[in-house]
Amino acid sequence: MNRRKFLTVMGSAGVASALGAATTDADAASHTYPYYEDSYGVLHDTTRCIGCRRCEKACQQVNNLPMPEKPFEDLSVTATRRRTSAYAWTVVNKYKVGDVEIFRKLQCLHCNDPACASACFAKCFQKMPDGTVHYEGSQCVGCRYCMVACPFYVPGFQYDEAWDPLVQKCTFCQPRTQKGQLPGCVEACPMDALTFGKRKDLIAIAKKRIAENPDKYVNYIYGEHDAGGTAWLTLSGVKPDKLGMDTHLGNSPMGELTYGALGAVPMIIGFWPVVFGGVYGVSKAKDAYYKREKEKAAKAAMEAALKKVEETQGADAAAKVREALAQAQEHGCSCKHGEDA
Amino acid sequence: MSHDINITIPTKDKMLNLGEFSLKRPGNIITAIILVVGFILTVIRFTQGIGSITNLDDNAPWGMWIGFDLLCGVCLAAGGYFTTVACYVLKVPNIHSAVRPAITTAFLGYLFVVFALLYDLGHPLRLPYMFFFPGTTSVLFEVGLCVATYLTVLFIEFSIAPIEWLSQKWAFLKAWRKPLIRVGILLTIMGMCLSTLHQSSLGALYLIAPNKLHPLWYSPFMPMFFFVSSMAAGSSMVIFEGMFAHKGVHQYMDHLHLQEANEVVFKFAKAASMILFSYFMLKTIDMFVQANLHYLWSGYGMWWLVEMIFFVLTPALIYAKGSREKNVTLCRIGSVNAVAGIVLNRFNVSMIAYNWQLPTAERYFPSIWEVCISIFVVTLIVTVYRFIVYHMPVLYEHPEFREEHH
Repeated sequence: MNRRKFLTVMGSAGVASALGAATTDADAASHTYPYYEDSYGVLHDTTRCIGCRRCEKACQQVNNLPMPEKPFEDLSVTATRRRTSAYAWTVVNKYKVGDVEIFRKLQCLHCNDPACASACFAKCFQKMPDGTVHYEGSQCVGCRYCMVACPFYVPGFQYDEAWDPLVQKCTFCQPRTQKGQLPGCVEACPMDALTFGKRKDLIAIAKKRIAENPDKYVNYIYGEHDAGGTAWLTLSGVKPDKLGMDTHLGNSPMGELTYGALGAVPMIIGFWPVVFGGVYGVSKAKDAYYKREKEKAAKAAMEAALKKVEETQGADAAAKVREALAQAQEHGCSCKHGEDA
Repeated sequence: MSHDINITIPTKDKMLNLGEFSLKRPGNIITAIILVVGFILTVIRFTQGIGSITNLDDNAPWGMWIGFDLLCGVCLAAGGYFTTVACYVLKVPNIHSAVRPAITTAFLGYLFVVFALLYDLGHPLRLPYMFFFPGTTSVLFEVGLCVATYLTVLFIEFSIAPIEWLSQKWAFLKAWRKPLIRVGILLTIMGMCLSTLHQSSLGALYLIAPNKLHPLWYSPFMPMFFFVSSMAAGSSMVIFEGMFAHKGVHQYMDHLHLQEANEVVFKFAKAASMILFSYFMLKTIDMFVQANLHYLWSGYGMWWLVEMIFFVLTPALIYAKGSREKNVTLCRIGSVNAVAGIVLNRFNVSMIAYNWQLPTAERYFPSIWEVCISIFVVTLIVTVYRFIVYHMPVLYEHPEFREEHH
């Protein structure tokens, strides 16, 4: 099933096809945010990662996150399937592919056109020119739709916080990078498994590594196009889905899946009132027509009857009947139920 | 015509009619218990955090409170737009007495959807932030905007009933009644537009998560499915609520209401039957078009078939038979079945088929307290509904304003 082919929602074929045409330009596959040519990213080479968890520890330290119960030196933790949370912005998990153990680091991928930003109804998320997907907690309503939207299961929520619960995720160490420092995790990596740089350079580096060692890598830079492209890219020696990376997200930003439906809004606002206004007008006119015809017929019958009375009983009798009818009409409150409107 | 002298209509000297609440009946006692438990849970929720009483986690940020209180709440309140459009726009005859009860329950439904949402939001007081920082690319923004607007529309539509009640004491209110009735048709068409938009948008919320929702439920046409099923829900809820109203507040129904009641049931059953059939066709075609046939031979496929056969097709057939044979009981059974089907569908989309690829240990199951809050909210709706029915002309026409109906 190819879902992206089905942007058409509720008959808004025009809008959808317009959107569809716009997405064919892969580089500009962005509606919410422009593509920042000089934005930064990180290339994670899983063939170099040894699962030492020093990136996790560094993340915890530079971001003042609480230390976990089990120390970071306990590497057995990587065997359990962990995800990022409000208090752990990056995790390294171990995947067994055949006999080989491969480690993969997970954190916010800082999408080019983020699903969280598209989904947020209070504009908390913003893609910055430096590549960061920035989250502004001070205007967060706490609806957690960003967590539903994120295709990578990244944002975490402070469920234990009563007064100021917020969504939390990797900040790309923006406070550090702005001072010219490397992100905490990148700096801590002893194996050079994490390479910080401009995204376009990283893609070139990744392609070079693949070209130089075609047996070592699969020819897939995860994040180059997935979900519209991400700032964090992953290289691996096995197919990405073996390492828990979803390769079925398509190459368009996730938010685009909703734009067809959102495009239908003006259609409905334009279409329904005309249809229902028309139906209302027609039914009202029809009612009035039938009422008029009915009254006309009743009046004709009455006149005929009166004429007959006049003929057979004389004018006096007819006048009396007229009077009686007029009285009856006055009193005969047609208190029957009718319409309000 | 019969003037229904048995109905307790509040007068200038006796505006309140609260006696019904203090009667020592099982209903009142159960209500009191639920309200007390709900109040305690509310205090815990707002002082200890969402995690203190829910099983929500990072993988399942939306649980029972969104799946039931919001998705089902909005859908089951669709009776408001459905009935007003049928009566005022399509001019279906002899269903006028169904309009006020439908508007009342729709208004309460939406009001308590917003109320329940406050429990689920991390920062409930910041809800208006969506207007200050409008995230116009978000489906949720559309939902919020439409629900807020529609709640206002419903409030205006509903306000005629409290005006008729309160004007017994404060006569100046009577001046408001006529203009409100006059804009009725405008409000009806607005309500139709807004309902189409946000009912469908609730389905569109999940469009952004194709990798999380099972393909049998995920579809680019989810907005359409949500909208069509909301029509079925709207008509079913009129019958469903009517069933309980006849049991609980029968003494507040006037001659006209009782006279039209059965006819209303048959007409709405007929409509619901056709809508459910068409919904069945839409879903089935969608399943084929998206090449999901092979999924049917899995656990989720079986579950999808259960939903489609026993909770879409079966109520459609029951309704068809019930309305054709003028069998009220059958129509009511159909409504119970259909309402259960709507709830099941929303549960499937929001919880059961959501995160279907995750291992069982990481899946969500609501905590008992989450369910209690949902029950608490439903009980609040019923209690407020009872208050309204005891005081305002909803199930009867107020004798003072009857003459104006021409």
